[in-house]
This record gives sequence, C-alpha cells and structure tokens, in this order.
Amino acid sequence: MEELPLHSGLRALGPNGKAEKLPAGKLHISQYMVALVLAVLITGLWRLEVLGADNYRLLAEANRIRKVPVLAPRGRLFDREGRLLVDNYPSISCYILREQVKDANNDLALISQGLHIPVEQIQATLRRYQSAPKYQPIPLKQDITPDEQAFIEAHRNELPELETLDEQRRLYPRNGFAAHLIGYVGEVSEQMLNDSRYAFYSPGDVVGRSGVEQTYDALLRGTDGSRDIIVNSHGKELGHLGQTLAIPGQDLKLTIDLDIQMIAEKVLDGKIGAIVAMDPHTGEILAMASRPTFDPNQFSVRLTKNYWNEILNNPDHPLLNKTIQAQLAPGSTFKIIMSLAGLQENVAQTMHVPCNGGATFYGHFFSCDRHHGMVNIDNAIPYSCDTFYYTLANRLGIDTIARYAASAGLGQKTGIDLPDEVAGTMPSTAWKLKSQHEKWYAGETISVGIGQGAVAATPIQLARALSGIASGGVLRRPHVVFPDEVPSEMLQTIHENLPGTGEATIPLTTENWQIITDAMANVTGSPIGTAYIAHLDGVDFAGKTGTADVVGGRVKNSTNKATIPNAWFVGMAPRRNPDIVVAVLWEHGYWGNNSAKLAAQVVNAFVEKQRKRANNIRIAEAPKPTVLPTPLETTHPSPTPKPPNPAAE
Amino acid sequence: MPRLSSYRDFDWVLLGFVLLLSLISVLEIKSATVHTKFHGFDQKQIGFLAVGLVLMFFISLIDYHRLVDIVPWAYGVSILSLIAVFAVGTKVLGARRWIKFPGGIHFQPSEWIKLVLIVAVARYFWGLAGRQLTWPDIGKAFALVCIPMLMVLKQPDLGTSLTYFPILICGLFLGGIRFKQATIILLVVAILGGGVWKTGKLLKPYQKARLTSFMDPDLDPRGSGYQIRQSLIAVGSGGIWGKGANKGTQTQGDFLPIPYTDFIFAAFCEEHGFVGAVGILLLYFLILMRLIQNAQTASDLPGSLIIMGIVSVITFQIAVNVGMVVGLMPVTGIPLPLMSYGGSSILFTFLALGIVMNIRMRRFVN
Repeated sequence: MEELPLHSGLRALGPNGKAEKLPAGKLHISQYMVALVLAVLITGLWRLEVLGADNYRLLAEANRIRKVPVLAPRGRLFDREGRLLVDNYPSISCYILREQVKDANNDLALISQGLHIPVEQIQATLRRYQSAPKYQPIPLKQDITPDEQAFIEAHRNELPELETLDEQRRLYPRNGFAAHLIGYVGEVSEQMLNDSRYAFYSPGDVVGRSGVEQTYDALLRGTDGSRDIIVNSHGKELGHLGQTLAIPGQDLKLTIDLDIQMIAEKVLDGKIGAIVAMDPHTGEILAMASRPTFDPNQFSVRLTKNYWNEILNNPDHPLLNKTIQAQLAPGSTFKIIMSLAGLQENVAQTMHVPCNGGATFYGHFFSCDRHHGMVNIDNAIPYSCDTFYYTLANRLGIDTIARYAASAGLGQKTGIDLPDEVAGTMPSTAWKLKSQHEKWYAGETISVGIGQGAVAATPIQLARALSGIASGGVLRRPHVVFPDEVPSEMLQTIHENLPGTGEATIPLTTENWQIITDAMANVTGSPIGTAYIAHLDGVDFAGKTGTADVVGGRVKNSTNKATIPNAWFVGMAPRRNPDIVVAVLWEHGYWGNNSAKLAAQVVNAFVEKQRKRANNIRIAEAPKPTVLPTPLETTHPSPTPKPPNPAAE
Repeated sequence: MPRLSSYRDFDWVLLGFVLLLSLISVLEIKSATVHTKFHGFDQKQIGFLAVGLVLMFFISLIDYHRLVDIVPWAYGVSILSLIAVFAVGTKVLGARRWIKFPGGIHFQPSEWIKLVLIVAVARYFWGLAGRQLTWPDIGKAFALVCIPMLMVLKQPDLGTSLTYFPILICGLFLGGIRFKQATIILLVVAILGGGVWKTGKLLKPYQKARLTSFMDPDLDPRGSGYQIRQSLIAVGSGGIWGKGANKGTQTQGDFLPIPYTDFIFAAFCEEHGFVGAVGILLLYFLILMRLIQNAQTASDLPGSLIIMGIVSVITFQIAVNVGMVVGLMPVTGIPLPLMSYGGSSILFTFLALGIVMNIRMRRFVN
C-alpha cells in the first residue's frame, strides 16, 4: 500500500495536472468485448436449446420417467379334471437401483438393519450384478414383510436406491406334494442366460427351474407389462403416465389325476422311491411321485441356507425326480423284456428248463431263489424263475436282448415333457466296446437275463415298456401336459429339446402278446405268483415283481439299509390294452411284492374311480387267469376287447 | 460541501432494467424452490433487494471522490479481515470463508473486497494516467490485486478469487498497457498455469475434478460430472420456447443442482427456452451498455475507471456462470449477478450500482 501514490485535492485533474478522460476508442472496444461475450453465450444456448433440444428432451424424460415392470402372473396349474394344483399370491419384493446413488455401499448397514439381511449377503448380491448395466434393478429381498415395507417408505430420502415392486408369487401344494412333477421357479441362472434358447430372459427374471414349470415356462410366464412413473431425483414417485398391461401366463391342465396322485403320494410316504402311473393309450401320466420330496414353496422365495444345506446333505437326493432320474438295475421286471425277446425269436416257446435252485454257465454257478422244477415260459414269469431266464439269456445272446430292450425304449430317454430325464443303460457288445473299450464276455449275459449286471432303467422307462407290450406293441410318448393345451410350434420345440424314443412300435405278435400278458396276470392272480399277496378281487390286475440287488450285493437278514435290495413292481389293469400302467420303485424295499402292494393300491383307486364314474357299472370282466401249471399245448384266449374307459378324455 | 447532484440525474433507465431483471429472478427462484425445503427464498430475495436498493440510494449520496480518498485504508482493512478469516473464521463445508459476529451475522469479506479492489485499481491507474506503463507499474498492479486474490484462493474460494482478475485486466487495458507487454504477460500466465495444473499445487482435488469433468461430463455421470450433465439436460430440453413457468422437469424434479443460485440460469432456460434466455442476455446487454455509457460521460478518470471495473466484474460473472450452464466453462461456483439467490451477491451488485449512480449524478461537476 505504501508505494501507492496518494492523491487529494484536485479531483478534476490528473496527477499531471490535466483533466483526464478515457479514450473513446477503448470504451468502444469494451462494448464490442461485452457484445462478443454475449454472442458466444447465445451461440452456446443455440447449440443446446435449438440444435440439441430433441436429444436433451429425451435425456430429461429418461431422467424423470422410470419404467416399472408390471409382472405377469404365471399361469396356474390344474389336474386333468380342473382341480387347482398351483396358484399365485400377491407379494412385494425389494430391489436396489444403483443409478440412484453414488455408492450404495455406504448405506449397507442401514439397509441390512431395516430389511434383516446380513451385510455380507447384500455385498454378495451386489457383486453378482457388478457387470450388469447400472439401470438394472437388483433383486434384494423377496416377499418382504409389512414392517420392512414401512421401513423402505420411511427412508425414501436416505435410501433412494431402495425400490419395491408388486409381484405374484407361486403357491405350491404343501408337504412337497407332486413337487418333482410340478417343479419350482427361481431366479434365472447365469448358465441359462448364456444359452441362446433362453435369449428372452434378462437377469433377475423368475423362471421355471424344474419340472413342468421349466418345460412349459414360455407358456406359463406370460408377458410382463410396464408402468411409466414420474419420479424426482430421489426416486420419489410424483405421478404416472401410461402403462402396458401384463399378459398373464396361460393356465395349464396337467394329465395328472389328483385322486390317483394322492394315493401314490400316500403309499410312498416315509419310503425312498418313486411311483409313476400312466395311461398307455395316450402316454398321459396319471400320477408321478418321488420320495424323499422337498417344499417348492421354499424355492419360490429366496432359499434359506439351512434348507438348501438340508437338501444338499440328504443322501437320498430329495431334488431328484426318481421316476425319470433314478437309473437302477430293474431286477426281475426285466424278465418281461426277456420274454418278449425269447418269444419273438421263437426260442422261449419250446424251452423247458429244469430249475434246481440255479444252474452253471461258463464255470460259474448262478443261483435261483427256489427249486421250481420244470419251468416253461408260462410259469417262468409268475415264478420269476431265474434259472429259466439265465438259460434264455444264454441262448439269445446279449445283442439280441439289447435289440428288443431298445425296441421297448430301454437305454434311451422316453422323451417325457420334463427336464433332465436320464437314459439308463442297456448293455451290448457295442456298448461295452464304446464305454469300456473291452470285449463282451458271454458270461456277462447271464446276469442281464434277470435284470442285473450293467442293466439300469428308470421307473418311467419300465412303465412305458410295459405299456407298449401290454398294448400289443404301441409305444406312446409319455407326457404330463395335454398336447392340445400347447401351441404346435412350441410342442415341436419341446419335443426337439427333450428328445427320446417318443412314439414307436415294439415288434410283438398277437400270440406272444397273449402269452406275456396272461403270464403276468398270474403273477398277482395265481397263488404261485410272486405277488399273489397284492391281487385285487374283481380287478384284472397283472404285473411283474423285481427284487434287484443293490451295488455291494445281497446280504441275508442284514440290518444295514444300504444292502437291502430295491423292490420293483410294474403292473397294469386290465392285462391287455390296459387303462393304467403303474411302475413302483421302493429303494431298499426288500421284496418286489412289497412294491406290488403299493401298486395295487394305486390301481385299485383308479379302478374304483372308473367304476364310480360309470355309475357303478363294473368294468368289463377280464378273462379268468389260467390256473397253473398250464400244459404247453394250451391255446391262449384271444385278446379281450378294450373295455370302455369312461375316464379317458 | 455544496449539493452538486440531483435525482433528476439518477439513471432511472438503468434502474428500470435492473429491477426488471430482479423481478424475473424472484419469479424463477420461486419456481425453483416452491416444492422444496427452500420455499420462501423468493420472499427473502425480495428482502435482499429492498436492502440493496436502500444501500444503493445511500451510497449515491456520498461523493465517490471520498471513496477514492479512503480506499487505501479500506484496502488495509480488507487484508486484515482476510487474515482474520484464517485466524478465527468459521469453517463451512471445508472452506474457511466467514467471520462469525455475535448475533448470528456471518460476514464474508471476500465479496466486499471486490468493491474495494475496483476503487483501488481505479485510483492506482488514475495516478499513472498520461504516461506509458512501465514493467514496475504493471508489477505493482499485479501485486495490488493478486495479494487478496491468493488469500481468498487459499480459503479456498476459487470462484470469488477469480472475479478479482477481470478488475486487473480491465485496469491494465484502460490504463494503457502496450500490446507487447500484454503478449508477454499472457505467455507467462499460460506457462505458469500449465505448471500449476501439472503439479496439482494451489488447486484442491475437487477443483481439479470439476475441471476434468468439465472436459468430459460423461466420465463420471454420478460424480463431479453430474451437475454439468444435469445442467446441460435442463438447458437443452428447454428447446426454443421452454417448458413453461413451474414446469421444468429438471428443475421441479430436483435433478438440477442448486437451481436457485449457481444454476438459476439453467432453470430459467429450461422453463423459458432459448427465447427467454436470449431475452435475459439482452437485458444484461442493455445494462452493460448503459454502464459503459455512464463511464463515457463520467466527469473524470477515476469515475470512468470505477464504472469500467464494475462492468468487467459483471461481464466476467455472466460469462463464467452462463458459460458453465451451457457447458462452455467449468463449474466454479460464481453466482449470476441480479439472478442468483443470495444476500452477498445482491448487496454487492446494488452497492456497485449505487457508485455508478453516484458518478453519473456528478458528471456535470466540471
């Protein structure tokens, strides 16, 4: 300051003593400068407000208008008579919108406290969606309580990133009823998102993850709508513009008969195993139950860790649909296939095998559980005589057996409209060469003759094979949804995605058809039959038991559950052109006739229902089973005409 | 002292333009705050305007030559008050800018120093009138302005400190700097500026981030680029005619940051469009031209220099604020004179206008 010259006194004059004025030129330059500055600013305004207006208008709209999805309720599921199986209920979910905040991580403690989710879990969820675009809402918690909803409403300003959404949630039958058949829904997995077939899914979508829910997801899911709401920068709703209504998913009628299903579920309770009942005329599945089961309701909201661990650690695999996913040695039920092969090859008709509790082949003794005396094809089935079938297998050779087994659908998927069916195994020389790079030894064929060794089949395969044979050779594609409920292109896609033998024909002469079915009728109908205990008075109930050794072999009177044989039974009513075929697998059920008793209850329920339907008119009486032992010369009765079936649609 | 002035010589036309702009400002503040917790700011702004008007009439009564006489003392007090801010100032949002007085009055010295500097610079170049500027003359002018400027920059208050700069430029230009000297100074400033940017000294990280995001707002649309981005959207979406009063979606939806102060022009652009914005700039043009005319008719050199100093500050603030709103300038936190809400800004503007009236009323003295 001090160096500044101080002035006082003469104000009109400059320090040099003369009056000063600013030169006019410099003031003009100043005016031009001001004009230039304003002109530049106007240019900037022009660029934004005139040239860029359309673009910025869109950005402004995107700012304030948020598209909120209106979720389509999934289609409901009904049984074949229109009784409700699976419904929806309204529920509210909470999402995180990362766009709303700079860093949601700062709010995790508060969110965790208000929504009762551990901080680590929220962090894990956020990590999972790290690569997803920022505008995409991240599902945080489903089915929130009114308290949690109030928390979100009360913290709109502090936690603008929290958003709620009304949803429809699945309501499944309790206690895991038909859980494997129905399946469950869940969030779409990354694996599915990477699959071109599921291109129309976006992360966070709820999709069918198993059973009918998965196969028919495209039909059940409907089309989500959306609502345009006006929000401020805190995400608070100020109003709304328009909306696109959601198109609800299509309701589906399953082929399941609730009455039969209930019996199947009931008889399996407390056991490990599976029951499948099918209408052989059409391939419609009438009942499908698997044990142990799980609660799909637990899957419809986010699964709790405890429940998931409980399922994972259960050695009996509750998530497995054993009707289509348990591939086990079929045991003596395989003798139906053996009989088919033996008769069609004209070998079995003339075979008379003395059974002395077993026989020796290739230096090994193969045992039979009893001394059956002289056995032929007619009593070999009711006796379930192993010696007879060892001999037959030895005469036919593995490749002939494999050919007939393949014609009946063994070793291949059936093509049922449920996901993740397994194919089972039907060994042959080619199979062994391919899978083990080894030659087939003739000695291995002997065990195959009684459904042991490398043979593995699923309950659905056995039910279908029997359906084909009992129907004179016609194999249907099993299905749980009526095909006419499904658009034809979609049906075709489903068939392509779930390949299997589908519709096929088993080579079977009328005469052989009668021999096999009559013999099976004696399994339950004749006192010598292995499942006479399961016979049903007044019902033409036929079948075949199977007692299959588990891996590790049979240990007599063992208390170790794992070594107890699996009990199989496949049966039908009536014996020819049956209206129902049932396959029962009871793991560690000990004897095949234990399973036969379960099957009998299912068949009985079916027949009772049919009779009630037909105004108490008894269904056509099947021919009386021939009393054994039958002389070989006996002519077989001609096939009975198909009885009227009032239940068939 | 004889009364040499009369209110017949008061610049009523200038005052008319100013009041029209103030009215528009009040309406826009109302629109921008009506649905927020800041509603009522328009009423407060009217209060500030009233106080400003009273101060303006009051200061027009005091002969501006007396202001020129006492300015060395005022300058000394200013420097002391800046030191006081460092010693006992209140820290708000990380910046020490205010001195708290008993009774809840917050005094921000940096705003008033603008006026002191305008008069001081006018006085300095008046003293040098009639001869070529030497390098020491230029050096002293720099020292005069840059000492308070650096002190304010350290508070830190980049925006206000920058507004001191045009006072210096204007003084040098009107004081007769030669073209060669100006070129050399520009070169030195460019090199020094580059050095400051490189080393990162003097600039706070947030100031640097503002500059970076100005160059590319999309780099961090939720961070420091957010304000620029939302401002551009507000202005751009206004289109030619605007969305209408109280109907700006960016303004009403709270997307536009502080729409009643620094970004009030963006709010106005959104609601009144290109046409309205050009109207405002036209009003500014008329005000500034009127001011320059008063500088021309002033009776002596210090009067002219003071008015031109005021013109330079107002022009600079318009350029930086509107430039920021339309994306031509980085975010610096400089209010728009007569439009932005805020007591300090309004009072400065009206005090400055009071001095202009003062000078005009005494133009026929000689």
